[in-house]
Amino acid sequence: MSDGLSRRDFFKKSGGLAAGAGLAAGAIPDVALAATAADAGNTVLPYPRKPLGAAGQMAVGQAVAFSYPDDASPCTVIRMGAPVEGGVGPGRDIVAYSTLCTHMGCPVAFDAKSRCFKCPCHYSTFDAEKGGQMVCGQATEDLPRIVLEYDASTGSVTAVAVSGLIYGRQSNIL
Amino acid sequence: MAQFKDRVPLPPVNAQKTNLTCHFCIVGCGYHVYKWDENREGGRAPDQNALGVDFRTQVAPLTQIMTPAMHNLIEDSDGRRYNVMVLPDKACTVNQGLSSVRGGQMATYMYNPSGDAKARLKSPRLFTGAQWVDTTWDDALAIYCGVAKKILDKDGPSGLVFNCFDHGGAGGGFENTWGTGKLMFTALQTPMVRIHNRPAYNSECHATRDMGVGELNNSYEDAEVADCIMGIGANQYETQTNYFLAHWIPNLQGGTEAKRKQWFPNEPLPPTRAIFVDPRRTNTIAIAEQVAKDRVLHLDIQPGTDIALFNGLFTYVVEQGWIDKDFIAKNTTGFDAAVAANKLSLDECSRITGVPVAKLRQAAEWAYKPKAPGVLPRTMHAYEKGIIWGNDNYLIQSALVDLVLATRNVGRRGTGCVRMGGHQEGYTRPPYPGNSKIFIDEELMKGKGKMLTAWGCNNFQTTLNAQAYRTEIHRRSNIVKDAMNKARGATPAQMVDVIVDACNKGGLFVTTIDLYPVMFSEASSMLLPAAHPGEMNLTSMNGERRCRLSQKFMDPPGTARPDCLIAAAIANTLKSMYRADGNAAMAARFDGFEWKTEEDVFNDGFRRAGQAGAPPIDSQGGGTGNLATYERLRVMGNNGVQLPIKEYKDGKLIGTEMLYMDGKFDTADGKAKFLPSPWPGLPKPVADLKAKHRFWINNGRINEVWQTGYHNKYNAYVRGRYPMSIIEMNPDDMASLKIEPGDFVEVYNDWGTTFAMAYPEPDQKPGQTFMQFGYDNGVQGDVTTNWTDRNIIPYYKGTWASIRRAGSGAEHRNTISFKSRRYDRV
Repeated sequence: MSDGLSRRDFFKKSGGLAAGAGLAAGAIPDVALAATAADAGNTVLPYPRKPLGAAGQMAVGQAVAFSYPDDASPCTVIRMGAPVEGGVGPGRDIVAYSTLCTHMGCPVAFDAKSRCFKCPCHYSTFDAEKGGQMVCGQATEDLPRIVLEYDASTGSVTAVAVSGLIYGRQSNIL
Repeated sequence: MAQFKDRVPLPPVNAQKTNLTCHFCIVGCGYHVYKWDENREGGRAPDQNALGVDFRTQVAPLTQIMTPAMHNLIEDSDGRRYNVMVLPDKACTVNQGLSSVRGGQMATYMYNPSGDAKARLKSPRLFTGAQWVDTTWDDALAIYCGVAKKILDKDGPSGLVFNCFDHGGAGGGFENTWGTGKLMFTALQTPMVRIHNRPAYNSECHATRDMGVGELNNSYEDAEVADCIMGIGANQYETQTNYFLAHWIPNLQGGTEAKRKQWFPNEPLPPTRAIFVDPRRTNTIAIAEQVAKDRVLHLDIQPGTDIALFNGLFTYVVEQGWIDKDFIAKNTTGFDAAVAANKLSLDECSRITGVPVAKLRQAAEWAYKPKAPGVLPRTMHAYEKGIIWGNDNYLIQSALVDLVLATRNVGRRGTGCVRMGGHQEGYTRPPYPGNSKIFIDEELMKGKGKMLTAWGCNNFQTTLNAQAYRTEIHRRSNIVKDAMNKARGATPAQMVDVIVDACNKGGLFVTTIDLYPVMFSEASSMLLPAAHPGEMNLTSMNGERRCRLSQKFMDPPGTARPDCLIAAAIANTLKSMYRADGNAAMAARFDGFEWKTEEDVFNDGFRRAGQAGAPPIDSQGGGTGNLATYERLRVMGNNGVQLPIKEYKDGKLIGTEMLYMDGKFDTADGKAKFLPSPWPGLPKPVADLKAKHRFWINNGRINEVWQTGYHNKYNAYVRGRYPMSIIEMNPDDMASLKIEPGDFVEVYNDWGTTFAMAYPEPDQKPGQTFMQFGYDNGVQGDVTTNWTDRNIIPYYKGTWASIRRAGSGAEHRNTISFKSRRYDRV
């Protein structure tokens, strides 16, 4: 329920409680107020699928900016050149992260030498080779990792979800 | 929650909103707690959530932090469940909306039967029949007080020993220090008490107090307007985070220039400089250099040579005439004697400290050379464990404060000579009932004392010579535990006799009063469950003496109680026992514990200090604490009031921003007192260790872990990164010992042995390491000598040891980053 109403309030406004008050004890009114079947069946937000390009064409060590799951959420995809935690692709070396620091939302910058993201505001650092783990800093969450799918038949890499809450959002899907 | 942890519930507009000061470090950041029914959620529109933020679009940076770690689902004692969200307060002058990695997880650490805090103690426990058994408060108190009474009656107060907190924040606060203090000092009258992280009942700041300069004498705002900040033996980014980020950094960045001009319109205001005194290049220094590269100086002294450094600078500024002669003449005593005793040339200072003369001279010019004729710079000196746990606490503080007084860097805005602090403060107790300091740890190891209560003080992890101490406490405790295990079917009264009999045979009856079963509990026979902020109302003050009321917003788990009310229960039980004996005189010693709430305790201690008819009370609120009431503090919110309170006017408490502005100090004659502090060299036990072992085992806190890790050890975010104490080592040193990142290493010397996880750090000098202090998995204190200064303050930093590779860290390397923890190295 994200509309600010409790279920009890919802009952009140829809008249369900009033109707129920006149019924015999034990009889629960059959009011169709449940979430839609599509919502109830999922535990994953309706993330879009966003192709990021062919794995073979990604240069090692070069951070490429994109946005996901929408235009307001800056991200970076990097091919590390060696297998890393959460890496996809033939070399299990392609990873992507939200580039909004989970502390206060400042844009983190990828440092190619250390392969870490660095926040210029409060100096948190995150390791791109360890799933976005905070190396040192003030964030209470690691850097959100963009979940990637690799299609071996086409060589394409696609963003499919985000693991971890993006700064400045109640939910990763606006 | 979905597997991606990609959403959090929003507090609805009508969520309950209360104040909570972060209960971890000294800084005391202000937070708000939102509490609402579990089946409600706020909406994304700004008029649908209590934060007033529009979550329908991406929220801009620096607007509102709100992470999954800041939310929890809790259950009150009536069985109702609620969401709680704990978010930093943007209107709090301390943190200005910033959260630290520690305080940002406060919600996570609130009790939830399936959450991080699920191991919390929920009822008293007794170790009997070779297992822990939950018991009732009545039975627990019957045994605890029964044993205490028999020991008190036969052996006197000295048979009763306490390891007890004395600070603010969690496991402390004005309520809990008063409750425990009144029990220990007024009722039981035992002098056998040690504090928190040190083995006697003492201050960490004896010297500066003897000199008339209390150690918390300025405001955080002074760091915003200082010309120069000298950070000494402190790692502010990791240990006083938001003080550094919200007050120091803006000054170094030039962001407070307008305020400086407004405060000091008639003097030159050069770009602010920072000097760091630390053998180690900390992350704080790395960050400061990022911000103000050419205005940061790092005096990387040899370990334990602070006294020589300050004496060299003192001698030099006196020679240069960069001192306030008028102030020295009118407001101080002992200057000439200190000049003579502390005399040390820059050449000699350089030889001892290892810092080149040119660098020493530059530091003196930055910090003390007049900005214009007759206009001394405003230099703030901020120190912590490098001094407090350094080579002779008393002498270092004397040497530093001599330098500060000569240059009048106290009692002027933009100055101050302050400790940075560890915990918050919150001291209100009757005077300590003894005339000398007792090395309690050693007394226990010698067989003294019969009953030990470890009260919010897990010093198995936080004392010196810790391995030997632990071993002996276990040996003595096991005498009691063995006897209890054999007492089949014993009633509480019979168990009391069993325990006392074992204590009379060299045993030690140990009780732990804490939030969780902790390492000390392993040597205990009884555990009593305590509460922490949020589960009780609690007042503390931070490093600028800012006192706030943290409001209760949920019930403690099970039958856990605030420490002050546990103290009352103990006192009232003993009173009943003495009454039953017909011993009115002893029963009267336990009068005055008729407290029902934390507020009753606050009113009995903090608010009675200095009032007519009150007994002597040592209180950080002073004689005007009476002006503070819970309601008045609640109204003052997260900004509270800076102690001492001046007045209550127009519905507000008016406090004190800076001490000693009038030039009158805390001595009998009002004059600050210089103290001679000649350079003593290293203490012999420490010098002996240094001669034998290759590595200096520097130690202290790290950013992500609070204190002993009592919460953090259950938290995947922290524990996943730091499964055991890290030891930062120079990579070449590691290579020479065939140690890989993450490997288990043994750290050992003549005093003990401990283990750590090797963490490469290029900024560590060869032969120097830095080990996490106080953590449960790898206790650094195991290899610390038993040497202390004259006031029994340990020299934790004075540890040298050998290191060997003890095992593979392959598992660690799979999941843990071993990148540099210095901002500019990654």
